[in-house]
Amino acid sequence: MQPEVTLHLSVTEGRVAVLARQLCAAPGGVSNWEHVEQAPPDPIIGVTDAWRADPDPRKLNLGVGAYRTEEGKPYVLRAVREAETQMLADPASNHEYLPISGNADFCRLSRTLALGAGSAALQEGRVATVQALSGTGALRVGAEFLAQHLPASNPRVVYLPSPTWGNHKTIFAKAGFQVREYRYFDKASRGLDFGGMTADLSSAPPGAVLLLHACAHNPTGVDPSPEQWASLLQTTHDRQLLPFFDSAYQGFASGDLDADAASLRLFAASGMELVLAQSFAKNMGLYGERAGALSVVCRSKAVATRVESQLKLVIRPMYSNPPMHGAAIAARVMGDPRLNAMWKEELKGMADRIKAMRSALYRELTARNAPGDWSFVLKQIGMFSFTGMTRPQCELLVKKWHIHLTLDGRISMAGLSAATAPYLAEAIVDVVTSA
Amino acid sequence: MQTALGPSTASRVVANRQVRTARAPQVVAASSRFADVAQAPPDPILGVSEAFRASTSPNKLNLGVGAYRDEDLKPVVLSVVKKAETKIVGRAENKEYLPIEGLDAFRKATVDLLLGAGHPAIQEGRVAVVQSLSGTGSLRVGSAFIARFMKGATVYLSNPTWGNHRNIFGDENVEWKYYRYFDADTVGLDFKGMMEDLTAAPAGSVVLLHGCAHNPTGVDPTAEQWGAIADLCKERNLLPFFDVAYQGFATGDLDKDAFAPRLFVERGLEIVVAQSYSKNLGLYGERVGALVMVLNDKEAATRCLSQLKRLARALYSNPPTWGAKIAAEVVNDKELFDEWKGEMRGMAGRIERVRGELKTALDAKYPDKDWSFITRQIGMFSFTGLTPAQASGGRRVDNMTNKHAVYMTRDGRISLAGLNSAKVDYLANAIVDSVRNA
Repeated sequence: MQPEVTLHLSVTEGRVAVLARQLCAAPGGVSNWEHVEQAPPDPIIGVTDAWRADPDPRKLNLGVGAYRTEEGKPYVLRAVREAETQMLADPASNHEYLPISGNADFCRLSRTLALGAGSAALQEGRVATVQALSGTGALRVGAEFLAQHLPASNPRVVYLPSPTWGNHKTIFAKAGFQVREYRYFDKASRGLDFGGMTADLSSAPPGAVLLLHACAHNPTGVDPSPEQWASLLQTTHDRQLLPFFDSAYQGFASGDLDADAASLRLFAASGMELVLAQSFAKNMGLYGERAGALSVVCRSKAVATRVESQLKLVIRPMYSNPPMHGAAIAARVMGDPRLNAMWKEELKGMADRIKAMRSALYRELTARNAPGDWSFVLKQIGMFSFTGMTRPQCELLVKKWHIHLTLDGRISMAGLSAATAPYLAEAIVDVVTSA
Repeated sequence: MQTALGPSTASRVVANRQVRTARAPQVVAASSRFADVAQAPPDPILGVSEAFRASTSPNKLNLGVGAYRDEDLKPVVLSVVKKAETKIVGRAENKEYLPIEGLDAFRKATVDLLLGAGHPAIQEGRVAVVQSLSGTGSLRVGSAFIARFMKGATVYLSNPTWGNHRNIFGDENVEWKYYRYFDADTVGLDFKGMMEDLTAAPAGSVVLLHGCAHNPTGVDPTAEQWGAIADLCKERNLLPFFDVAYQGFATGDLDKDAFAPRLFVERGLEIVVAQSYSKNLGLYGERVGALVMVLNDKEAATRCLSQLKRLARALYSNPPTWGAKIAAEVVNDKELFDEWKGEMRGMAGRIERVRGELKTALDAKYPDKDWSFITRQIGMFSFTGLTPAQASGGRRVDNMTNKHAVYMTRDGRISLAGLNSAKVDYLANAIVDSVRNA
């Protein structure tokens, strides 16, 4: 039985707050929650809201972080539909609680997908894996685990690329990490500021956590080259940083699951410990089913066993055990050779369409003599492109052209089609020349 | 951390930007940064099922986790759930992200179920609701909200309570204390002790109350006692936080089982509620639930919702779709809803029946002891009187498990949902043996 612990907080501020509430609160009249302020709107979700509300027929939603077909529709993979149909027809299926660590088949298949069947870490049984609430949930559980269990001598500091997915900062901060940024996006080239990145990481305190996007960096689309990854591995090793990979686009970036895992596998093959947050939201189109996994690659099997037991202690007071449906679908898709092959084909199809949109946009921009070098559109990888457009230029895109995007200049290629690429190109040329 | 690198690799550690193909450094003879991580003990509740599964005894009986079993001791998928799933799949909907606050149809349904459709608080827009990860997830969002917006507040938990409550608040650094609740002598409610402890709680404290079918004791306040507790909360400005995991499962009637939270709202109190559809819809592993705040003020409710969303975003971004779609389908379809009510009555009825049979068997085998608590207690669980508190140091529970292969939690709780008529006699013998001889 777990020991009972009561926490005694040093609470001058707390007592004053309680007193204030006592004085202000009037049961049955004024709310106890008067002091609660309106939270700021989420910038990304706000884009879709604005798009929905826009009556203009030419409107484009380039804020969406979800794949869209050429017709602009959400896409449920055939492999997923089939898996779901099989599950419903299976007399053995039920809705019982999963273990705290989730669906064991899903965990096993997920980490094999990421690390590769030939991974020494896997063969040696030194990977602790738990099912998680997609990427966000994996990051949060991972961050909480690290905050609690890194040695006391390790600083609770995490290095995030500048820029990064907005929620990274929130998640790590909630877990008690101090967040620092490393240079990443180079505005001038719209590429990687590799020198800045290496310099910043080379001065990081030993033992700090280093967040890396495994591929298809969000929001910039800028990834290190294989040579740069090798150099980063060296830097990571030298500074004794703990790599924490966010893998949300495996297979989605190049269309090849193994190629997209190269960076992660390079680091794992070196023998170093690392943390991995995996999401199946995009590459399996399971968005709302929240299918993900958190893995901790450890130095030994014994350590991995203990780490897994502690991951469960983080999870139990968070949500007890994870939702079964999405993971069951994913396990079926990964585990069934026919569905697996179907999935790979569809995944390649999605990645190819994104690439085609990049080509189309570049073509249309070139045809319109867009000022400057727009080749970054072709070089950047994955769903997103950091266009380098200024805030006023973006605002003009929204107001004048009814093209909705986040004001940092990020556009989602997934929201584009062959038919709308010319319109976007025209709009971009207009705003960069006038605003 | 000791590492050894080959000399050629070491020489490549340079500041210049010309990167040649570097051979990945091989780490040799290094220790883990997680070397000092200790093995965590198995979960006191979920660990019981693990132990049960591992047992090879032909007589083994799992009375650990609160998951409903049918008369054959098999998991049950409700008929309405199967029908709802078929409908949903037939519609070939997409799997897009839900909004952070969850599926609208589900949010509406869950509040209607809690307060009653058309309740003034709903119509006046004074209810903030986020779909969340069943009871635990909803409690966690609520706990995070309290940590942020009621700094310094203490949460009062019944003694005993569901073990995970402590950790849910503890992990958000919210201080908690016990209020007296279970009276081991009467095997009932220590109402006097409860009222004393809550009266002594500082104003602005939070009181965690089980809406019905208290877990683990099965002991609920009477209607009059609920009224007194509500009045006390008003008087002392205590925030009631209801854990509603068994609505419809306690008496078989959804409205009767919502009596307590509805009474509090009627008395003008602002309340927080964590709802779960694990048991009443049998959706356990789908993680369907909601965190609800009923406030006095519409604008405050809007602001609170925005903050709940912010907390959810940092935990899981948006909740899982599948289970919420099922729940919404069942509640919003008249036929399915009626059928569901029937299925709930069936489940609650079976539990009531095995309670009766167990009491009869125990009365016959050990007439000197008062076993009436078995049928007085409400819901899935029974506090058997095998608790360590009865100076047995856990020996009785150990006896149940080691000698009789009856798996239960160490606090003496058994889940009647895991019992059937065929095993009543066996269980009664095990209990009597443990009480007498352990």
